[in-house]
Amino acid sequence: MKGSEIIKVHGLIKDYSMGKQSFRALNDVNMSVCSGEFTGLVGPSGSGKTTLLNIIGALDNPTEGDAVVLGKDVNSLSQAEGALLRNESLGFIFQTYNLLPVYTVYENVEFPLLLLKKSKQERNEAVMKALEWVGLTAKAKSKPNQLSGGESQRVAVARAMVKLPKIVLADEPTANLDAANSHNILKMMLKLNEELNTTFIFATHDEKVIAYLKRKVVLSDGKIIDDITLN
Amino acid sequence: MLIIKLAFRNITHAGLRSWLNVFVLSFAFVMIVMTEGLYDGMLQQVKDAVVDSEIGGGQFWQKDYDPFDPFSIENSHSKIPENLLLEIKKGNASAVLIVTAAIFPRGHVQSAVLKGIDPSQKIVKMPTYLLNDGSDTASIPGIIGSRMAKSTGLHSGDYLSARFKNINGTFDAVDIRIVEVMNTDVQSIDRDQIWIPLKSLQKIYRAPGEATVITLKKDVRYYPSGEPGWTFKNHDYLLKDLNDTVRQKKVTASFMFILLLGMALLAVFDTQVLAIFRRRKEMGTLMALGMTRKKVVLLFTFEGCLLGILALIAGAIYGIPLLAYFAGTGLNVPQVATQAGISIGAVLYPKYSIQLYIITSLILFISVVVVSFLPARRITRLKPTDALRGKMA
Repeated sequence: MKGSEIIKVHGLIKDYSMGKQSFRALNDVNMSVCSGEFTGLVGPSGSGKTTLLNIIGALDNPTEGDAVVLGKDVNSLSQAEGALLRNESLGFIFQTYNLLPVYTVYENVEFPLLLLKKSKQERNEAVMKALEWVGLTAKAKSKPNQLSGGESQRVAVARAMVKLPKIVLADEPTANLDAANSHNILKMMLKLNEELNTTFIFATHDEKVIAYLKRKVVLSDGKIIDDITLN
Repeated sequence: MLIIKLAFRNITHAGLRSWLNVFVLSFAFVMIVMTEGLYDGMLQQVKDAVVDSEIGGGQFWQKDYDPFDPFSIENSHSKIPENLLLEIKKGNASAVLIVTAAIFPRGHVQSAVLKGIDPSQKIVKMPTYLLNDGSDTASIPGIIGSRMAKSTGLHSGDYLSARFKNINGTFDAVDIRIVEVMNTDVQSIDRDQIWIPLKSLQKIYRAPGEATVITLKKDVRYYPSGEPGWTFKNHDYLLKDLNDTVRQKKVTASFMFILLLGMALLAVFDTQVLAIFRRRKEMGTLMALGMTRKKVVLLFTFEGCLLGILALIAGAIYGIPLLAYFAGTGLNVPQVATQAGISIGAVLYPKYSIQLYIITSLILFISVVVVSFLPARRITRLKPTDALRGKMA
């Protein structure tokens, strides 16, 4: 179910300096995303999809142009405001899971709620629910090094979803997973998208992911060359 | 509060790495307190010994007396003033007459100092009552210290002849029978000295009623009323050399302090630097999850600080009983240490004070905070996107 516009990027340019030269990662990118979308930024390596995802996630600033996420211009946000936006409204899923290695599964999933200063009871309920979504309640006390790749990514999904964010940004979430695990994860994300109306934005070039997308934004050399609504 | 909670969680969950740091830090803490306590104890012990065995509550010196000028001793004696005589009679003071002499142990000539002291005195801790020995009227009973006995080869029961110049400038000699070799921690009542009864020395030296030094009882508060020809020397003056020597030794101890502290801080610094490099992805993740860079810096700094706090707690847990044990039983001092410039007893009792604990704890804690913060502040320049890729900006 597509809703109101929650992300709008306009004239987005991102240059990286590489010594004396500069490299343009994004070149006049314009797009918008509505709530509830299951969208993929698709393209080969170096096409600018991760850069765009980072800007949408307020982890990076554009060189030029605007990126408005949930009504906030990420370019004008202070460090603290950017952190607050990520903390309250955005969930991240990374290719290498990025679980906190000394924490248990439960503690990893609980972490965003600690930052949100939720009570212990609220945290407990939310964490258990999130672990149920990803089918890992039995592994709550395990450490990340005791999990398989698929399980680790499921924990990362639970951590991203536990605070019920409006947007989940997933950067190559299946790159380190086998086909079976990839499908499991994607089915789970699709289910969460449909049940909770969470917006998912993927940066991927994995065909398995692309097969699940409802919208495909194709990037090449920092430019959007195609924007296709699927199904 | 959240940062402290997270830092505590990170530290406790990090396992062996954390506990090794805590151990190294706590060990340094305990060793620093122990070393400082040893020096404080040594100072106190040596001071107590000097006060008990030599200087009591202070001394009156005959105006010409200079212990560092042997030639002054010949003239540094005079009648004991009435006020001081009264104090001696009341048992609040004791007189000592000092005369230079030559002795001939093992066939060699050796200079010595004859010191006359009242055998019944109770002002200084010396076994002077043994000087009452009148079993051999042909000789004078004498007491020497163990260092003097070692350097001369004399033993209890031995006789020796002492040649001296009496008050009239005439050479005279006397036979002294060693009645006791005393063990004392105070070199200045031992080396090159022979203690004999005061009256005997006054008689052979032809100086009845005269003395060189009058020592006051330790706890007597005597306010000198300007006795002519005599100068009062208080503890500050009499212990100055000792305090200077101990101060010198404390400088040496401070090197040990810096070395121990440096080693411990190096461990923390190393851990922190390693953490900043090894945990870059974690930092990126923390930022992606909604922590500001400032909070990440705080988190890593607090982790270091917590190491310091845990080290202080661990140090207190095993250090206090250990140090209390040593303070009670003392530490055996090797013989060689007693020849190192300060006389120390065979057993050294360390002295620990709350002040010592607090100051050492504060120094350790502040140092840990600084070395934790220094590497952590690099995070302020770290871009979240670089951190997530494991890059350091």
